[in-house]
Amino acid sequence: MVEYNELIFEISRPGRIGSSLPESDVDKIDLYDKLPKHLIRDVQAELPEVSELQLVRHYTALSNKNHGIDNGFYPLGSCTMKYNPKINEDVARFEGFSRIHPYQPEETVQGALQLLHELQEELAEITGMDAVTLQPSAGAQGEWTGLMMVKAYLEQKGETRTKVLVPDSAHGTNPASATVAGFKTVTIPSNENGLVDLEELKKHVDHDTAALMLTNPNTLGLFEKDIVEIAKVVHEAGGLLYYDGANANAILGKTTPGKMGFDIVHLNLHKTFTTPHGGGGPGAGPVGVKKKLIPYLPVPRVEKDGEKYVLNSDHPRSIGRVKGYYGNFGILVRAYTYIRTMGPEGLRQVSESAVLHANYLRKKLEPYFEAPYSQVCKHEFVLSGSKQKKLGVRTLDMAKRLLDFGYHPPTIYFPLNVEECLMIEPTETESKETLDAFAEVMIQIAKEVENNPGVVLEAPHTTVIGRLDEVQAARQPILRYTKEKAAEREVVKS
Amino acid sequence: MTATYRYLPDTKQDQEEMLSFLGISSTDELFEDIPPEIRLKGELNIPAAIPEPQLLKKMHELASQNKNANQYPTFLGAGTYDHYIPSVVNHMISRSEFYTAYTPYQPEISQGELQAIFEFQTMVCELTGMDVANSSMYDGFTSLAEAASLAVASTKRSKVLISKAVHPESRAIINPVSAGQGYTVEEVDLAADVTDLVKLQEQIDQDTAAVIVQYPNFFGSIEDLAEMKKTTEANGALFIVSANPLALALLQAPGKLGADIVIGDMQPLGIPMSFGGPHCGYFAVHKKFMRKIPGRIVGQTKDEQGKRGFVLTLQAREQHIRRDKATSNICSNQALNALASSVCMTALGKQGVRHMAQLNIEKADYMAKRLQEKGFMIMNQSPFFNEFVVELPRPVKEVNAKLLEAGMIGGFDLGSDYGFDNQMLIAVTEQRTKEEIDQFVEVLEASVNG
Repeated sequence: MVEYNELIFEISRPGRIGSSLPESDVDKIDLYDKLPKHLIRDVQAELPEVSELQLVRHYTALSNKNHGIDNGFYPLGSCTMKYNPKINEDVARFEGFSRIHPYQPEETVQGALQLLHELQEELAEITGMDAVTLQPSAGAQGEWTGLMMVKAYLEQKGETRTKVLVPDSAHGTNPASATVAGFKTVTIPSNENGLVDLEELKKHVDHDTAALMLTNPNTLGLFEKDIVEIAKVVHEAGGLLYYDGANANAILGKTTPGKMGFDIVHLNLHKTFTTPHGGGGPGAGPVGVKKKLIPYLPVPRVEKDGEKYVLNSDHPRSIGRVKGYYGNFGILVRAYTYIRTMGPEGLRQVSESAVLHANYLRKKLEPYFEAPYSQVCKHEFVLSGSKQKKLGVRTLDMAKRLLDFGYHPPTIYFPLNVEECLMIEPTETESKETLDAFAEVMIQIAKEVENNPGVVLEAPHTTVIGRLDEVQAARQPILRYTKEKAAEREVVKS
Repeated sequence: MTATYRYLPDTKQDQEEMLSFLGISSTDELFEDIPPEIRLKGELNIPAAIPEPQLLKKMHELASQNKNANQYPTFLGAGTYDHYIPSVVNHMISRSEFYTAYTPYQPEISQGELQAIFEFQTMVCELTGMDVANSSMYDGFTSLAEAASLAVASTKRSKVLISKAVHPESRAIINPVSAGQGYTVEEVDLAADVTDLVKLQEQIDQDTAAVIVQYPNFFGSIEDLAEMKKTTEANGALFIVSANPLALALLQAPGKLGADIVIGDMQPLGIPMSFGGPHCGYFAVHKKFMRKIPGRIVGQTKDEQGKRGFVLTLQAREQHIRRDKATSNICSNQALNALASSVCMTALGKQGVRHMAQLNIEKADYMAKRLQEKGFMIMNQSPFFNEFVVELPRPVKEVNAKLLEAGMIGGFDLGSDYGFDNQMLIAVTEQRTKEEIDQFVEVLEASVNG
């Protein structure tokens, strides 16, 4: 393939255009007749000027420099990079879903409201909650929404509690969301088995504890088997339990956060429910709650009134709006389509396969890497590159070496409590052949570290670009294209 | 378990081989760490699986219960608009190398996405006249709330002034955010269809972190940013402008009128209405706030051979590094919609985006004049872009019902959010033809007389 390294601005030529709009069918206007001069644009925005084919070639060339799930295995732990079904993409683009306005009269969007209402009920069933809001845009916004409900609930009870407890293995969003919601974060260390240390937890839980945020299975892929006791400890002190649904792919149809004792749950539809990650978004982060928190759910809520579906904002104790309109509807359509495709048995098999695959791969790799928590895992597991580090090769190097074989590496250096961590989540949609082939490559890399470390240290060898200077990127930030910078580049080239 | 689900590849033999490798006889043994008392006994109570052909039919039926803008010309705007989206946009964002990828953490195999974001950042800077833009945010509303948070954090002041002419949902969303972070929000009243500058001067003080206005504002009117900047600057507050990116093709860039932060939603440029989401917030700042900007940012750098490449940068601000000290809890952006918007801006191009904006301003102007000729009162006293407010002699709801009968979606009722009974906010984009506009005016006229 011919190398392509141009920016869209660099192939732009004055006078070209990539679209056709009609001429005006109404009277022309001179802006200077309508607006004061200082509010009229004086310098035109330098947007690209290319033909339609040039545009298509440019973005196609860019796509060729990108690895997605459709290109190959993507065992990025905690992100659930499973197959994104094509029917979901088609359905979300139906004009009856994509070309409707959020403020249309309710009677003109009954299909959309019905979909939202049914999705709310199904997600409530899947999580064991009593009601669900579909408003939050993503997991982090779901966390924040959940914590704001905790705050409102406590205030209603006349309590001000300031602490949110978070295990040390938690996602970074947990403590960040707690701060943004106005709480103080207290970190709870894990025990030697990688689970929440119940004794440590008891030390920190008190009358000032608003909530405990927990992922279960946790980010090590381990099920917090003391969860019933943990819930009891927090509830007895008057706190609430928040379930980070990032790892819900392990428990569909097997158990629910509701049964575990959680009061609030968010789900990442872009993980468990196959909506595409899109290179970083858009996602969706619905939040489910137990009965006592229902009054605090964001408004408007989608409700059924007889045979009609309605949007109801008349909930005086609601925390208000957390997102424009009704959430990322296009994403919700995709998740709904997926749930309809799978049904209850299908969803249960999703988790059974996801967990089987993770354990199979774990057992295949454990002889070659340090396994800090060698026990049955759920949908993902962690390995440590500590053995390889002693030989002078870091986890980052092994990750880069995987690129040479067409794999996206696992999540690395997370969770923070595992040295040189590799976090592997194979998902249920990969075939046994893929798992076997990946295992072979990992084993080959482990052997290379011993016999030929240079090939790992200098990796990647086959990608369009080598390792990039991230320090320079941060020290002397170039965050946009300018003609002057382009000119500098020409000098460097010549 | 045989491979009865098309997304689950395990055959019975695969499963047996994996189980036997693990030395167990059933997947149930892998779930024994879940205490029995919290295991589900039966299946989830959700509807049964539907094969693809029937499911497509069902989804078509559900979609057909919604009246879409293709069948029903829409005159609704109020933050979400029915604009032309070039066909190439959908084709480019349907490249699954883009849409099935995660956040570009491995730059060597994510150069496509990273470069696309770098180009998006550049286009946003061009339109807004600002120095630095991030890779996108959830939507314009959350961008606005994040901008307020930035202002509060950087000025160490605790009051934010927001014009009542800012979108009601922006003003609604900022409330729980401010409650979480402990700053107060005061609204600045209207003087007719724009922000009341006298009130603004009265309310602003040394504790004001920011003044937030919308450009064009919720009523379509074009606020005089230059005047507001004077007041804001004199009091040491930051000036935050929420701007429609399409309007910026013709309007003076907020950056040139003194904005410190410019935010908004890219929806008008390449993103379908989709019942309100997903859209795509943008966030642009003056360079002095470069290291305080929330969300992901892509920067240009070099590889070992000196070859140009792109990486996520300035990550020291972010939650996965800073945890509870991060500048924001947000870790995702709307990358795919930012891509859609980039492709749309590229297709329209430097000339096309101006042409589109010009069509909007002309069509809205035409419709307003037609309505005035028929004796309707247009409430905007300032120049407007593609939206304006008309006063009707009857409730908007009734008029909208008539419009629906005639096969059109009417405008936004200003009664509930502003108490402006019988006032309708009408948006006229380039999608609306002269015939549709004329027909709308006729129905309005008839509904008044009938």
